[in-house]
This record gives sequence, C-alpha cells and structure tokens, in this order.
Amino acid sequence: MIDVFLNEAFIGSVTDIHEFMESVKKQRREGIIPTNLNIGHDEGLNEIHIETTKGRCRRPLIIVENGKSKLTSELITKIENNQITWEELTKQGVIEYLDAREEENAYVAISEEELTKEHTHLEISPITILGICTSLVPFSNYGSSSRLIRGSKIQKQGLGLYAKNFLIRNDTDASVLHYAQRPITTTFMHDIFNYDSRPSGQNLTIAVMSYEGYNMQDATILNRGSVERGLARSTFFRPYSTTELRYSGGLMDQIGIPDKEVKGYKSEKDYRHLEDDGIVFTEAQVGSEEVIIGRTSPPRFLGSLEEFNIAANTRRESSISIGEETQGIVDMTIITENEEGNRLIQTRLRENRIPEIGDKFASRHGQKGVIGMLIPHIDMPFSSRGITPDIIFSPHSIPSRMTVSHLLEVLAGKVGALNSKLIDATTFDNPSEESLRKQLLELGFSEDGKESFYNPITGQKFDAKIYTGNIYYLRLKHMVANKLHARAAGRVQLLTRQPVEGRAMGGGLRVGEMEKDCLVAHGAALLLKERFDSDKTILHICENCGMFATYDYFKNKAICTRCGSDTKVSPVEMSYAFKLFLDEIRTIGIDSQIKLKDKF
Amino acid sequence: MTDIFEKYKDKLPGAILEEIKLESKSNELTQAEIIRALDESVKEYEAALIAPGEAIGIITAESFGEAGTQMTLNVFHFAGVAEIQVTRGLPRLIELFDARKEPSTPSMEVYLKPEFTANEKTIRRVASFIKEMKLQEISSEISLNIMKQSVDIDFNEEKIKLYGFKKEEIIEKVTKDLKNVTVKETKKGITITSNSEEVNLSMLYKIKENAKSVLIRGISKITQVLPKKEDSKYVILCAGSNLKEVLNMKEVESKLTTTNNIFEISSSLGIEAARQAIINEALSVIENQGLDINIRHVMFLADIMTQTGVVRGITRGGISGEKESVLARASFETPINHLIDASLTGELDNLKSVIENVIINQPIPLGTGLPGLMSKMKKEDKKGAKK
Ligand SMILES: [Zn+2]
Repeated sequence: MIDVFLNEAFIGSVTDIHEFMESVKKQRREGIIPTNLNIGHDEGLNEIHIETTKGRCRRPLIIVENGKSKLTSELITKIENNQITWEELTKQGVIEYLDAREEENAYVAISEEELTKEHTHLEISPITILGICTSLVPFSNYGSSSRLIRGSKIQKQGLGLYAKNFLIRNDTDASVLHYAQRPITTTFMHDIFNYDSRPSGQNLTIAVMSYEGYNMQDATILNRGSVERGLARSTFFRPYSTTELRYSGGLMDQIGIPDKEVKGYKSEKDYRHLEDDGIVFTEAQVGSEEVIIGRTSPPRFLGSLEEFNIAANTRRESSISIGEETQGIVDMTIITENEEGNRLIQTRLRENRIPEIGDKFASRHGQKGVIGMLIPHIDMPFSSRGITPDIIFSPHSIPSRMTVSHLLEVLAGKVGALNSKLIDATTFDNPSEESLRKQLLELGFSEDGKESFYNPITGQKFDAKIYTGNIYYLRLKHMVANKLHARAAGRVQLLTRQPVEGRAMGGGLRVGEMEKDCLVAHGAALLLKERFDSDKTILHICENCGMFATYDYFKNKAICTRCGSDTKVSPVEMSYAFKLFLDEIRTIGIDSQIKLKDKF
Repeated sequence: MTDIFEKYKDKLPGAILEEIKLESKSNELTQAEIIRALDESVKEYEAALIAPGEAIGIITAESFGEAGTQMTLNVFHFAGVAEIQVTRGLPRLIELFDARKEPSTPSMEVYLKPEFTANEKTIRRVASFIKEMKLQEISSEISLNIMKQSVDIDFNEEKIKLYGFKKEEIIEKVTKDLKNVTVKETKKGITITSNSEEVNLSMLYKIKENAKSVLIRGISKITQVLPKKEDSKYVILCAGSNLKEVLNMKEVESKLTTTNNIFEISSSLGIEAARQAIINEALSVIENQGLDINIRHVMFLADIMTQTGVVRGITRGGISGEKESVLARASFETPINHLIDASLTGELDNLKSVIENVIINQPIPLGTGLPGLMSKMKKEDKKGAKK
C-alpha cells in the first residue's frame, strides 16, 4: 500500500502505483482532470504526491508513447501553416507541462532520433535547456559554461534602447546608447524577442593583439577616431522630483525662487538657472550643486514666540539641487499633481557620455574589460586594406578562459559584414568553422581571419598576422563618470566625528580592518597613527579621578566638576571614537577612568 | 678540534654546528678554514634573526589568511579509492587552530614492529584486533524474551567463524561488561538474565540496549581499519582514534604511530609532541592544498598554542580570551561580556599592545613605533660649568 498525498495532505492509499499513476496521467491528457495537476512518485519515501497548487515551476515537453513522438509530421505542417495553436496542442495531449517532481519520474529524450520505448517525453528543442539571456550568446556551445553564465549576466548590463518611450519616461539611472545596432551574428532568440528593435550594442571591428601594453590584463584599447565619430556614446538620464507638501496649520511648501531673507539662502549664482516659477528652464546647463527647483518650507519647530511672527525670514530654504560632481542639461520638466493633490515637479537631467578611460565594455562571451587607452586614429595599427580596428583586444584573455565562441564570432562577424548577411549562430545549430573559413576565402580574404597589420608609427609590417574581424560589443552601465571619487578633508559624521561614507555625500575612502593590518605588518606605526587621526580630539582629563574635565573657555581653564578646581587637569590627544566608546560603556553602567602618566 | 666548536656553542644552534663538523671533516678543512666557516655561519645566522619590533603575529595571521582564501573547500579527491575519509583543507585548518577537543574525522596511522609485518595475513590479523567490534556486529538477532525475562542473542555463525570467536570468551566479556547479569550459552548464541530480584520490562530493555554495545574485541572508538602498503612499509590506517590503547599493543611500533587528535598526543606523549603534531598536521594540510606557507609561521603558531603546557586554541576561550588587555579582548569577540567581566574586577589596561593603541590613536609599539629616544642630561660639575 502506498500513501497518496494531494497538496501535501493525505487522501488515501493505492496498491498498484503504476496503474494509478498512468490512469491519472491519462485522464489529465484527455482533459478529464485539470491539466495543471502534476503527479509524482517519490521513490525514497515511497509516497505518491499530487500537486495542484500555484508557485511550481513547470515546463512543456512533447509526450512520447511507445517510442513515438506525439508531435507527428502532420501536426508540424499544421503548425507551419498556422492551422493549430499551442493551446490546442496541449488540449490534444501532444504537449504537457511537468513540474520538478513529475520530471523525476520522466525519461526525456533530447532529440527524436534517440527515442526508445522507455522514453516518456521528448524535449521540444535542445536549446530549451538555456534561458533567454543565455540563448542570446552566439556559438555558445563552443564556450565554457562559466563564461556563458558571465556572458548572459553581462548582457543585462549592456546599454541600449531599453524602452522605446524612453523620452517620456522618468527612470532612475537610465542610459540610452546612441546608434545601437543589431548584431551581425545573431541567434534565434534575437528574432523571438524582437531584439532588432531594441538592440543594445554595436558591431565593432576588432583586432586581437597587444599594443603598447595599454591592453594588458583585461583592458582594451579603443580607437579615439571611432569614439569621436560616435562609437558607443550614450546619454545618461537622472531624474529629480519634489512636491509642495502641506503641513498642519495651513502652512505649505512654496516652489519659487527663495527670498534672500530665507534661512539657509545659498547665493544668487546658485539660483541663476531658475525661471520665475522657481523651476529650471529646459536645456539649461547645470553644474555641481546648483539648484534646479527652488523651494522654501515653513519653519520646522514653531516656538511660542515665533508663532506670532510668521515672517518670511522664518521660512527655510529646501531647494532641490543636483549632487556633488554631477552635471548635465535639463532635458524635461513635468509639473503635475500627486495622489494627495500636492503639486509635483519632476525634472530630468541629461548627460552625454563619451567613452573614456575606465569605462566598461564587454563582448557577449563574458569577456569584459575596461578601456585602458584611447588611441588617436593615426596611431592605430592598420591592415593592408587600410582598415583600422575600433577596438584592440588582448590575446591573453583567450587561453585561460577558453572562450572559443568569442573567436568564432569574430570570424562569423567578418563573413557577415563582407557578405552583408546576418549569420545565425544559435546554440547547437550554427555554421561550422570550416564553412566560415571557406566563405571568407571566397570573399578574397585569408581563410583564417588573419591579416597583415602595419605599425602606424614606423610604417613597418608587424611580424605576426593579426586576427581581425567584426564582433558585437556592449557598453556596460558601469561608467567612470558615475564612480570617480576622491577627497581630502570634508564632511564628518555628527556622532563619531569620522568622515561620512559614500560618494554622493563626498565621503572618505575607508582604511578598513585589513588595510590596518597591512600597515601594522609593515611596522609603519606613525603612518598608521596619521591615517586614523581623522577624528582626533584633545580632551582634558582629571588626573585625580580619571574622568573628562570641562573646559571653561571664559576663564581659559579646565576644571574637573567632580573634584573641584584644585586637581591637576591635563590635555590628552586621542581619537574621538574612543571618547565615544568610553561614554557608551558608561551608559551600560561600567565606569572607566583614564590614568595619566608622564611619557618621559 | 672540538674546542673550536665548543667556543661557538652559544652562537650557533647544535644542528648547524654538527653540519659544519661533518662537512669540514669530509672536505678536510684546516683549522683556519673551519674558523672562517664558523664565523661566516654566525654572520648569516645573525642576519637571519628577526629584527626587534617585527609584527610577527600579524604577518603569520596574514600568511595563513591570504592562502586560506585560495583553499578549495574540503574537496574529496579519492572517490573510488580505498581510503579513509579525512577532513582536509580550510575546515581542518580551522579545527586545528581552534584546538577542538575532537577532530571531525579522527584518524590514526598505526605502524607495526618489523616482526609483525612479514606477510599481509599477520597484518590483517593485527588490524582486526585494533578495530572495535561490538556484540551487535556478530549477532544476527537480539530479542527480548518476556516469558523467560531474558535477552536472547543469536550469533551470526559466519562472522563468528571468520573472526575466530569462542563462545566462552564472549560470555566472559558480556558478564564483565554488563555487571549483575548471568550469561548462559544457548543453541544459537547466548541468553542474558538479570541477577537482581525484581526484574521489569524497562530494565530488560536497558540490558538489551547495553548488550548491543558490549566491546567484544578491539579498541574502542576505532571504527574502521585499512591495512596499506606505504613505500615498502605496512601501515594500518584507522578511522577513529585511541592512541593510548593502541600504543599498549605489543605489535605496534610506538615511535611511528600517530593520530590526528592533538589532545590525545598531548595527554599521552606530552606537550612537545603535541606542538610537533600541530606543525605536522598544519603542514600536511598546506601541502595537500598545493600552497606554500613558510614553516616558521606554522611553528610560531604551534609555539603560541602550546607555550603554557596545555593546548589552547586561537579562540575567545583560548589564547585570544587570555590577552592581558581588556580592549584587545573586547575587540575580538563578544565585547560586552569582556567589558562586564573586566569591570567586575576593576581591570587596568596598560595599553601596551597593538589594538589598544589603534583604538586610542596612539603609535603602536611595533616597527617604527617601538624605539624611544633617551637623551642623557649633562651633569653640572662641581664648578658649575657645563662639560
Ligand atoms: Zn576629577
């Protein structure tokens, strides 16, 4: 007797597992019981589980009976002629959806040729083992799986035409690539997802070589001439928004150019981009920390005296200004209302992003790298046909990563570009290297994809032939302009007096635990002290009781409030964080005293 | 000759002196040449000494830490090969330095005296005497007989024959081990009855459960044995460890036999042996992972762990919890507990170590922060004029 569970609840038991399961499956295929029901026999526990709940991952497979696929050639022609729909195929019991548990009991053939009597299902296509992003990688059956995973992750970061209505959208951190192109080397997934209308990269001419060491490790060299002609340029959009809030007592925010009397008034220069309504005019070029929406708010706390004196000078400035080290052109402003009926102002800044040193680029094969150098067109190596590459890719990136697919795409891209044809390089079903070589030879090129290149400075021919072709490259969203950051002195946290964190705040770069260890290991004691003195303070300590003394600035004298004025009080330099630590352990009832001793 | 070396006794370690002695003899060096060789050696030796103020602790920690990031996590390479599974890699290193009382996979390498390694048969016989064998393993059925108020045990005849057990031998062992019971021989095995006057079911059940784990033969805790030929020497690899008992066996070569349980070594062979065992175990892990960490770091760590005469781990219950400074202890783990404990006894932190001085932002007493400058004040002579 085997127990049967429906949605994890016991409903009964059966004697013949096989007969029971087959009859359930038969009835499901005939449409007598719901098609979203799955049944599975757990051999370990010897239990039968029937599931109808939501949230299970299910996938379609072709049903096989007696070693024969139920999707006959007759049906295939019907599909081709649009006479039958997917829906009907599932209803007719040709295709069924299995969940993970039922799949454990199924024996699935990958192709129709290998079907035997034992098989229960047939894969619709071998590429269903890959997801959407992975299917977008051409020649992916020639690459290693880890690179394929990286390649499909990278494609999500590529800039492109992310939405066709981007002009009227207000997304955060949105970028749009200029002159995005469809890839020459495509896969079937590009067609299915209409990739051509929302592409996210460009077909570049690549040369696989090292050049002046600027493409060592994973760096790549870009042709400055190509960049100046518009290669991989993008526009970065940054939205800002504010509302005119209402407060109790009929007070509310006011959008407009603040009066000079307002608390926290910046300077006339900061408000110069604002129009009379307090909102920046479109196409204004705004720079670091400049105001784009002027606003004043009522005072935060109303004292009893100030209640009778609500004059302009008690309002405070609360304008929206753009961040430090950011700039841009005002692209669009929307004035509307939010759900509560308050006036809502949304502004969008636009910034032209030209590729610069440090910007990240990648091919679709997990070969990512940053720009190591932009070389002027005249200093780029050129082929005997006068072609200068857009990008120089280091050959050292290939052997250890074994991305043969990357190299094949170069070859296929070259053939496609010369033939003005798209190359379909779908996984498991792509042109062979031999056929690509043959086509290249027919086009009058060297069949191995290599060409003679010349040193632009001396004019001499390079000894080695250079592998060159066309490849689809993505500009990734990680841009130097969004990340470059350094600071000297600056803002500190109120509590610890240590520098604030984060680029947007103009924060410091942390010397952490391991960096500290490094300095200790080198015995650089004084350097370590200097690095950590960002919060140093001078504290007065009573030598009698070891507590912090009070410094009286009127008398210019430190006094211990506990022991009186007779005890000796000495100034001591220490980190403010330590003072804070002593204060904090006092709050949990642990007294701490500092004993002073003359150093010499 | 010997008096030259006698002179250098304090300047060079014995091993180096011994080496120079041998080399000078084989190369027929003259007296002057030997002195020169010794002087050069002293120079090299002193140059190799670590400088005062070197941060050896943190360098050791980083030497392990950096290599630790590259360690593959406990990958089992011997699939299909007759091997006893032993924890390796980072998990082993962690349990070693934490000084866990019991390793996650205790194991032993038992070497035999030459007279017992003549053929494989004797080795297998010795191995079978090492492996722990419980009554349950040689019995086919253990059942309660409620009518007779007894526990009936039927033996597995095949195993009895294979291991050469005698029923009397088993009866003796069971009687001795279970106490206050009478054991009688039956057709298929033995039957156990209690000697106490009142016998109830739960008592009988207890006897049954205890009878299962009566040690019939072998050494307790050793669950698996694997005789193996290791470059012309026979070794018995054991899963489980019981060094004291194994060393008591007359067949065992005690000089070579080891375990990976540091505490067993410490209690049976002493702390110096434990120190060496820590070094050997750590080095074997490092070597096994294909890494290269200088032996001096390992030795330093082993020294620190064993310097008090007992094995202590680098944990908050071990070395790190015994630091002198309150702030240093609090900055490692569970700060509040350390602070409260320190406040109860009114501890004084002299701020003599590294972490405390980083916390209060003072120069650390290491490297350039170590030396101080002392100036001698000029004394005024009797006439009042300064010299
Ligand atoms: Zn005081």
